[in-house]
Amino acid sequence: MKIMVALKRVIDYAVKIRVKPDKSGVETNNVKMSMNPFCEIALEEALRIKESGLASEVIAVSMGPAQCVDTLRTGLAMGADRAIHVDTSSLLYPLSVAKLLKALVDAEKPGLLILGKQAIDDDCNQTGQMVAGLLKWPQGTFASKVVLDKEKQVATVDREVDGGLETLCLDLPAVITTDLRLNQPRYATLPNIMKAKSKVIKKVTPAELNVEIKSDLETVQVTEPPKRKAGVIVSSVDELIDKLKNEAHAI
Amino acid sequence: MSTIVMLRALRKPTSYVFSPYPSSHFASMSRFISTLILAEHEDGAIKPSSLSAVAAAGALSEGNSISMLLAGAGPSLQKAASHAASIHPSISQVLVADTNKLSHPLAEPWAELVHLVQQKDGYSHIIAASSSFGKNILPRAAALLDVSPITDVTEISGPQLFVRPIYAGNALCTVRYTGGDPCMLTIRSTSFPVPSISADSKSNAATISQVDLSTFSEDADRKSRYVKHTSQETERPDLGNARIVVTGGRGLKSAENFKLIEKLAEKLGAAVGATRAAVDSGYVPNELQVGQTGKIVAPDLYMAFGVSGAIQHLAGIRDSKVIVAVNRDADAPIFQVADYGLVADLFEVLPELLEKLPDKK
Repeated sequence: MKIMVALKRVIDYAVKIRVKPDKSGVETNNVKMSMNPFCEIALEEALRIKESGLASEVIAVSMGPAQCVDTLRTGLAMGADRAIHVDTSSLLYPLSVAKLLKALVDAEKPGLLILGKQAIDDDCNQTGQMVAGLLKWPQGTFASKVVLDKEKQVATVDREVDGGLETLCLDLPAVITTDLRLNQPRYATLPNIMKAKSKVIKKVTPAELNVEIKSDLETVQVTEPPKRKAGVIVSSVDELIDKLKNEAHAI
Repeated sequence: MSTIVMLRALRKPTSYVFSPYPSSHFASMSRFISTLILAEHEDGAIKPSSLSAVAAAGALSEGNSISMLLAGAGPSLQKAASHAASIHPSISQVLVADTNKLSHPLAEPWAELVHLVQQKDGYSHIIAASSSFGKNILPRAAALLDVSPITDVTEISGPQLFVRPIYAGNALCTVRYTGGDPCMLTIRSTSFPVPSISADSKSNAATISQVDLSTFSEDADRKSRYVKHTSQETERPDLGNARIVVTGGRGLKSAENFKLIEKLAEKLGAAVGATRAAVDSGYVPNELQVGQTGKIVAPDLYMAFGVSGAIQHLAGIRDSKVIVAVNRDADAPIFQVADYGLVADLFEVLPELLEKLPDKK
């Protein structure tokens, strides 16, 4: 069984973002970019499944401009076997990404598609669910534990839901999206980074995949959220209780 | 289109909030607005987050015809349906899908149900709350309908114009939906408070009708099966809706010490929250995590103890009315958003608070 993992290149999670003065978006020039943290977890899970002998190959895929190759190279250094880059400068919303992923799945026929539960830039939390819908595969979203049964061809997934944990059993092939708690991603070691340089990154275009990128969303503007007004530092518990009671009327 | 636009304009001049940007989508804005709400129910009652979706639907336009879709099986579903029918005067119809295939909220049959209902009734909008239920199901249903959904809407500026936070709430993005029907949204419940309903509105009950499931695909639920649900039983209020939230971070140092937070929460009638660090260290279960990847809260009072205030945590609390921070480190970022900060050792502050705060109840 092959496993396909979708990776997204985003602004590094630790960066304090800046909104462009013309309100057209967020400044990405000269800003540190990294692999989306949830995608790292997705790749780590795929690698662990392969290492336990339940999968033969891990394919990393990413879509977007040329720099996505860096993200794929990081994925290869972590241990992915090969990579596919869907090269496009078009603005991609999750619906288009899901269609591109479906085309890649149709071509590669993996038994499992793993994605992060959300990208930390658009915070959409949609792509995995959408590609599962397009493929008519079952979905295990917000997974914190995945157990594969090769014989029965099922995956048992613990999902992080609002009231606690939910356990589902999915027939393979299936789509899984990862929550933070699923695993601790590994670091790429220097020898593996060197090895990754000789691994193959295949480049395809949306046209070659027969996917038309069109959008039914338009970003009107991006603004900064309202600032909270400056607070006060109190000196004692008594003062705090007094302020909460008589100034904020919160207790 | 002009007739409808004029009629609507005459009826209620405030129905539309046009953006200052030129739009080529007047045609789409003149459509008749009808909304389907995907509702969650528990113990025979509609969940509060689904009622927030009703408030959001009300913000789409005046005179919006709202239908609520419920699914499940058995008497608890029927009870929830009658609850839905009388809970809000603007709900005109309650659709009930009564089948064992939907006794658990699995995404596969639910998405198919939404597809089925939309094919038949052609809603202009479909809304669910941004709960784990809504986030799991709505995008899948959107893909089946070939439309782009919009996640976690915090403000509705027009029938096709929405504001949503991006980058962990560090930017607000206004998006216009330009596609065909339906426009699909998940809404952030804390941004759409449910107005209190007067008792006499009960006379205005909605009709309850069963969804025709004869064309519901047989294998819709076979590919995924519900196994079990585990949760911590708690007497405390639900984190998402609590009026006061008391949160502990890494500064608590142990699960044992975290009990101090729980004691304070009990005293205040508050819900307990935690940072990622506290959850990762095993002080409390995951479901208490507040932040970009956990719960988003907006209580009247948010009290943070031993919380540094990472970007990802602030994403979950920035809409709280009053934020209190207690931390030993005067440079902790949490103090930049706190209304009241106390630079002190939380192990001294917590017992003192417990002693001096008046008892709730």
